[in-house]
Amino acid sequence: MCLAIPARVVSVSGDKAQVDFGEKVLREVNVTLVDAKVGEYVLVHAGYAIQKMDQKEALETLSLWNEVLKAGQE
Amino acid sequence: MTEALNYRSPEMAKRIADKIREVAPKKDTVKFCHVCGTHEWTITHFGVRSFLPENVEVIAGPGCPVCIVPAAEIDEAVQIAQKGIAVTCFGDLLRVPGSSMSLMDAKAEGADVRVVYSMSDAVKMAQTESGKEFVFFAVGFETTAPSTAVEALSKPPKNFSFLVSHRLIPPAMELLLGVGDLNIDGFIAPGHVSVIIGLKPYELFPRVYRMPTVVAGFEPVDVLMSIYMLLKQVKERDAKLENEYSRMVKPEGNPKALDLMDKAFEVIAGNWRGIGRLPASSLQLRQNLAEYDARKKFGVKVEHGKDILLGCECHLVIIGKIKPDKCPMFMKACTPQKPVGACMVSSEGTCRVWAKTFQAQSKR
Repeated sequence: MCLAIPARVVSVSGDKAQVDFGEKVLREVNVTLVDAKVGEYVLVHAGYAIQKMDQKEALETLSLWNEVLKAGQE
Repeated sequence: MTEALNYRSPEMAKRIADKIREVAPKKDTVKFCHVCGTHEWTITHFGVRSFLPENVEVIAGPGCPVCIVPAAEIDEAVQIAQKGIAVTCFGDLLRVPGSSMSLMDAKAEGADVRVVYSMSDAVKMAQTESGKEFVFFAVGFETTAPSTAVEALSKPPKNFSFLVSHRLIPPAMELLLGVGDLNIDGFIAPGHVSVIIGLKPYELFPRVYRMPTVVAGFEPVDVLMSIYMLLKQVKERDAKLENEYSRMVKPEGNPKALDLMDKAFEVIAGNWRGIGRLPASSLQLRQNLAEYDARKKFGVKVEHGKDILLGCECHLVIIGKIKPDKCPMFMKACTPQKPVGACMVSSEGTCRVWAKTFQAQSKR
């Protein structure tokens, strides 16, 4: 039930936004809880965006993991 | 999304599994507990346990918000539906057993029970059918509660109200630490609850209980990484709070969501199926929103219900004390097609997750 899926914001109108879950699966979601801008990724739970995804952090996490995993192999 | 693909990389999973074997204790058993149905799905569906050494165990705590709704609150929903009021809810809730019947049974007897994907769909129904009363059965942890707050605070239609059964996760985690012989060595904290509440509510686990705690995301690699981070803490005899899911979880959570929750709800004691009464673990609409509180609006209040059916071991599965296959009814009298206990009804119930994987594997 705490399932939440990232989606890209396509357009915003007041507290509603059209988001793309990938491959043009579009749906209207409520964005009261986030300050969503077109092009950003939001985390959607049961029709409500609950957070914006930090893409920089996502990529940094991956590179950090690679470092962690490399360390110790040397 | 390329990020998602990378977070599912089998290569990455294998490398983390190697690191896990490096830091895991050689003999002593370590037991980590997660408290999220979606984590159990990831772990079971992707076979995460098969990547772990035999002495590293991951158990499922009370992470299914549908499973822990007590029968008394299902009874309240049934009573409201039987008054001719339309009860809307997420699909998972339909078959959860009440003391004598589920919402599905009430529907079969003619009550107006409707499944919605989102609460906003229920509000739209109330707007379209303005001559009929609508109730939304609001179940869920902190991930879901903010959406109820959003709707409750944005002047819903007069014919719309909420049967609030939200619960808070940290009190349930604290309870697990007091369960004799459960012997947990660390928590995998729920990522999407943490998106809302941030890190602060977990601080007491390392500080007061010396319990390593890692907030984790939901890709298989996220879960493996969190297990690695926990094992490292165990090895170093450390206990701290770490955030593996930093791409979504900010230390402060979502302040706007927390603010709206605070405006809409007060925190009260609540009953949990299989667990009992936990102080400060439940939400109820504040007095100024009482007109939207379905219990008050329709005079419905059930104090005690029949939570556990004879022979069903849900109460032990919910707190991670036994695994589903140790229940004598699992896949015999209790199956996804004919569920007996709440843990087999909800798609996030531990029994249901195990059963679905069990069925898929036996078809191969």
